[in-house]
Amino acid sequence: MSTSNIAVIGDRDSVLGFKALGTAVFPICNDRPQEALDIIEKLCHERYAVVFITEPIAQKIETELSRYRYRTLPSIVLIPNNQGSIGLGRERVRDTVKRAVGIDIFREEAK
Amino acid sequence: MRSSTHATRMELLRLRRRLGVALRGYKLLKDKQDELMKQFMELIGKIREMREETEKHLVQAFQGFLLASAVMSREEMEGALAFPNKIVNLEVKTRRVMNLQIPVLNLQAERPVYCYGCANTSGELDIALSNLDIIFSTMIVLAEREKALELLAAEIEKTRRRVNALEYILIPDLRETIKYIELKLSELERSNLTRLMRIKEIIAG
Repeated sequence: MSTSNIAVIGDRDSVLGFKALGTAVFPICNDRPQEALDIIEKLCHERYAVVFITEPIAQKIETELSRYRYRTLPSIVLIPNNQGSIGLGRERVRDTVKRAVGIDIFREEAK
Repeated sequence: MRSSTHATRMELLRLRRRLGVALRGYKLLKDKQDELMKQFMELIGKIREMREETEKHLVQAFQGFLLASAVMSREEMEGALAFPNKIVNLEVKTRRVMNLQIPVLNLQAERPVYCYGCANTSGELDIALSNLDIIFSTMIVLAEREKALELLAAEIEKTRRRVNALEYILIPDLRETIKYIELKLSELERSNLTRLMRIKEIIAG
């Protein structure tokens, strides 16, 4: 058992409010995703348990992010930014399910 | 495919033993896969609803901030939010599912979320902030569950590959080899028997 922290990475306007919730906020530009990667790598060493990252940024570093997917921690969660959701978070859950089950069960349910 | 071996009685015994172990391992792994799958399926349903709900509320909260930023200047807003009052502590434990270590997150928050005075801020900011505060705990639960889902998925994939390797490759191969050796040995026995019979005939003749 241990205590750890929560971080939020995203564009300035979207993550503004999270600061007041007591989380660590890292505002970065949408077109500089490399910064996000550096931050995440640093957060891993500092025992952050949860990292929220906005979808537009996550989209650009998807392959790099998948490295963290099967680690116990941190849990990297995609959240929509203030422009609304682009469905990447849902897509990722679906992808995970597809890999495990072998078939796309969400699509079947939608029919 | 039959593995190339010497058709000897000793080899036969060895292979039979291996088949026994393989069958037992297969059964265990299959049970593991079923259990993982069960947990996985339970989780999927929960996550799907939760993610949609969270995204919806989060977008609403963001709109609240947008509204607030229309009333207040950006500097004012950043100033108001710059020194958080609330302290969050995330307690991380792990629970075991099979051989997996799955994190369990427990959010502990102290002190209210409002970290500014009433003078320079608008009511919209209050509303937006309280909305965000409400969904934040849901977001943490979502983080926990999505991580569990990913870990389970990876394990299921691995287990399935093992189960398939045993079921479709190792076990049939062993069976085939065992059968081959059995046939070969009985053939040898038969030929030996006929030889003996023939020799007896010659001697008697």
